[in-house]
Amino acid sequence: MSGFFVVIVLLLLFIIVVQIAKASEYVAILKGEKKTQEQNNRLHSTLMLVFLIAGLIGLYVCHELLKDKLLPVAASVQGVAIDHMMTVTLVITGIVFFITQILLFVFAYKYRGREGHQASYYHENSKIEFFWTAIPALTMTILVAIGLKHWFTITSAAPPNAMVVEVTGKQFNWMFRYPGKDGVLGKKDYRLIDEGKFNPLGQVWSDPYNHDDVVSSELHLVVGKPVKLEIGSRDVIHDVGLPYFRLKMDAVPGVPTTLWFTPKYTTAEMAKMTGDPNFVYKLVCDQLCGAGHYSMVANIIVQTQQEFDQWLASQKSQYELAKEGGAIPSDSTGVAMLPVKARQSTISVK
Amino acid sequence: MSSEVHSGQVLGAQQATAAVAVHDGDGHAHHHHQSFITKYIFSQDHKIISRQFLITGMIWAMIGGFFSVIFRLQLGFPDKSFPFLETIFGHWAAGGHISPELYYQLVTMHGTIMIFFVLTAGLSGTFSNFLIPLQLGARDMASPFLNMLSYWFFFIASVIMISSLFIQTGPSEAGWTAYPPLSALREASEGSKTGMDLWLISMAVFVVSQLLAGLNYISTILNMRTKGMSMTRMPLTIWALFFTAVLGVLSFPVLLSGFILLLFDRNLGTSFYLSDIYIAGHALPNQGGSPILYEHLFWFLGHPEVYIVMLPGMGITSDMLATHSRKPIFGYLAMVGSLFAIASLSFLVWAHHMFVSGMNPFLGAFFVLFTLLIAVPSSVKVFNWIATIWKGNIQYTVPALFSIGFVSIFISGGLTGIWLGNSALDLHLHDTYFVIAHFHLVMGIAAFFGMFAGLYHWFPKMFGRYMNNTLGYIHFWVTFIGAYLMFWPMHYEGLAGMPRRYYEYSADALAIYHRFQGLNEFISVVAILVFAVQLMFVFNFFYSIFKGRPVKDPNPWKANTLEWTTPIHVGHGNWPGEIPEVHRWPYDYSKNGIDFIPQTVPVSPAEEETFVEPVKTPQ
Repeated sequence: MSGFFVVIVLLLLFIIVVQIAKASEYVAILKGEKKTQEQNNRLHSTLMLVFLIAGLIGLYVCHELLKDKLLPVAASVQGVAIDHMMTVTLVITGIVFFITQILLFVFAYKYRGREGHQASYYHENSKIEFFWTAIPALTMTILVAIGLKHWFTITSAAPPNAMVVEVTGKQFNWMFRYPGKDGVLGKKDYRLIDEGKFNPLGQVWSDPYNHDDVVSSELHLVVGKPVKLEIGSRDVIHDVGLPYFRLKMDAVPGVPTTLWFTPKYTTAEMAKMTGDPNFVYKLVCDQLCGAGHYSMVANIIVQTQQEFDQWLASQKSQYELAKEGGAIPSDSTGVAMLPVKARQSTISVK
Repeated sequence: MSSEVHSGQVLGAQQATAAVAVHDGDGHAHHHHQSFITKYIFSQDHKIISRQFLITGMIWAMIGGFFSVIFRLQLGFPDKSFPFLETIFGHWAAGGHISPELYYQLVTMHGTIMIFFVLTAGLSGTFSNFLIPLQLGARDMASPFLNMLSYWFFFIASVIMISSLFIQTGPSEAGWTAYPPLSALREASEGSKTGMDLWLISMAVFVVSQLLAGLNYISTILNMRTKGMSMTRMPLTIWALFFTAVLGVLSFPVLLSGFILLLFDRNLGTSFYLSDIYIAGHALPNQGGSPILYEHLFWFLGHPEVYIVMLPGMGITSDMLATHSRKPIFGYLAMVGSLFAIASLSFLVWAHHMFVSGMNPFLGAFFVLFTLLIAVPSSVKVFNWIATIWKGNIQYTVPALFSIGFVSIFISGGLTGIWLGNSALDLHLHDTYFVIAHFHLVMGIAAFFGMFAGLYHWFPKMFGRYMNNTLGYIHFWVTFIGAYLMFWPMHYEGLAGMPRRYYEYSADALAIYHRFQGLNEFISVVAILVFAVQLMFVFNFFYSIFKGRPVKDPNPWKANTLEWTTPIHVGHGNWPGEIPEVHRWPYDYSKNGIDFIPQTVPVSPAEEETFVEPVKTPQ
């Protein structure tokens, strides 16, 4: 019922506005075109100036209201660089923003049409045009230089001491695989994937490197230690979004991608810094992947090496889980379960 | 005023010739006996086709805008039930809450509709068709028949797209970019079933429409200019529409190939985009394909597409600012040059949408360079626009307001492009609300502002009546303020890493984004208000077609361009007599103390002495 009344009120409001608009058209005809245009020039040029002033105040108010809702300090070494670069970009684009907007609205006010005035027939000045082409070009060169320096640093090969974690996206959650004690991730074949048989990633059980690989639904990282994420997807494109670390990388089926970074603060440290005892780093999916896209969130726990080692030791490897679940007969190597064609290509998988 | 006398004499002279020349055997007399169907439906008259594009585009804009209101309700009020949604969408919105599937379908359709059906077909289709012959002095397009076909292909594409809204599994929900495998696998989502096939077929037909239209625009501009209308005497609107058409012709075929391959992957078992996939409990046999190939094919159009949407608005704004400031455009050649630079660079920047796709980072470096280079011609344009109103005598008509608004919004939205185009920053900002804020301002709102400026300006020429001014002023101010209120705060959400295309943020795991709930609500309320004002604009538009104040002055804005030398109600063939000859550029405003000198007025020897002709004489 209230919806009905809202519609009625809106309709009435609409009719009133239209009636006023029509009436003002008649008034304008009575007053004469010139005089009406004069009045409009005065009114709207003033409104332009009011908009500029109110807008600038609005920017300030908006910033005051929202600045505390931004992310805490970047939690990775790379993120700190990105934040720094963002500040530089903000300053440069901010200067341009204020200069151009203020000029635009001030001119819009100052050069409003006035009776007896005429515009100047001024339309060329090669000197000034040269400058306002050259200055943006120079500024952009600086920004490109800064940007590419960071880009190449961030996308360079991971340092040799980096720990490796495999990240796999699927509709609609994340799986993380740790290489275990041997430090090597075992082979995979997507045709071996079988959730019912404790093999969500398609690990090839005949590969001994797989036997100690731990699969988890949480991403555990070591503070101060570079981590290289080897990213993949089982079905559609997902994206490993790491807002606290200021990074992201797509998870593409069939095309492995990587991303490496160095976490700077443990979860506990960040909890202290943000004053939120329940603080947890999040990994969010940043690429539309289907109806459950919005629910594809995972926890990231950054801890000390000691805590990490303890956690990893407490985890059962996926191989053990599969064995306990009866998915792997004790004498089987796993390869026997593959169809012939798959067996051949398994050998070629590195 | 001397100028009025001056131009009045010219017009008078033309009408006199017109009276003599009506039956001069120019081949147009037989067009006076047309049936309703050939005149208004299967018309080959560029003015009717332009109106067909315009009205179809407006209907699409209302649908696309309405969809955004629905999903903004979900984002603003996730806990509230809206029973009317169940009335409209049935089980897709059971209990007055839209389902995630419907949410993604609305988002996908909003993007597809707004970018392709409104801001490509609706915008270029309207103004290219209407203005190219009228402003260049041609009787019609190079091929009126192909022109008619371009509209009807667009119409067929529209019908197919609309029909996808009504099928059982609903329309596509893969986003307007339709990345495979989500768009390739029926198991991946409801919208990836029949809805996706219809989406692809509709888009393929749409591409055909755009190619027919674009080839026509290009050949008309190159070949059918009237005597004296050298390329450097063309209004900037025409230059912009020219580059828009070139972009479309060169890039849409690539998109088409991408879509055809996707259709093959969906229906014929090919593996262009598919490899190593396990979905819905079984492993697919496809191997060796790459979704990144699709991304390249898509964005090779997708990025020029942004400029297909933007350039017409830039051109229109340039002409509006000059005409309504009564001042020549500042730096005409620089304006043409920057349009050319933007159009060329737009082919070299597509992969800046793919910095985090897994593409080779070294390749990404080139795209950073070219992307930031675009800022140079863009800022030249902004400075020239500001210099155009400097020392002007701005007449605050509705088109003037929208074009000043365009410049402001273009600055605000354009500057964040410098952030996103820098790959290292994109690592953080990609696919967050920052991107939404950026592109809605720079190519959504700004393109619409260009369109509105043009519509209010050329409405008298299109329909022989004025739109209501007061409603126009309200339309401008509410939309302008609303645009900033909606999209400015979104930058903050994006900086906080808030991912886009999320159905809701209420999960405990997303607790960090609960703090933006109040803001989301605010944005939704503003969005509804702005949408309501657009409906008011639509009302004003249709009401004024029939009941608006009739135009008495053939040149109501005192503009220099050729379209205002036609009769108030333009007939088939545009000029009743001979096509006028052009003697000067279109920007002689306030020259020698004369308010305006139409392009048809010969340059007097006295003028030549005091002023260097700003444009080079035609070769």
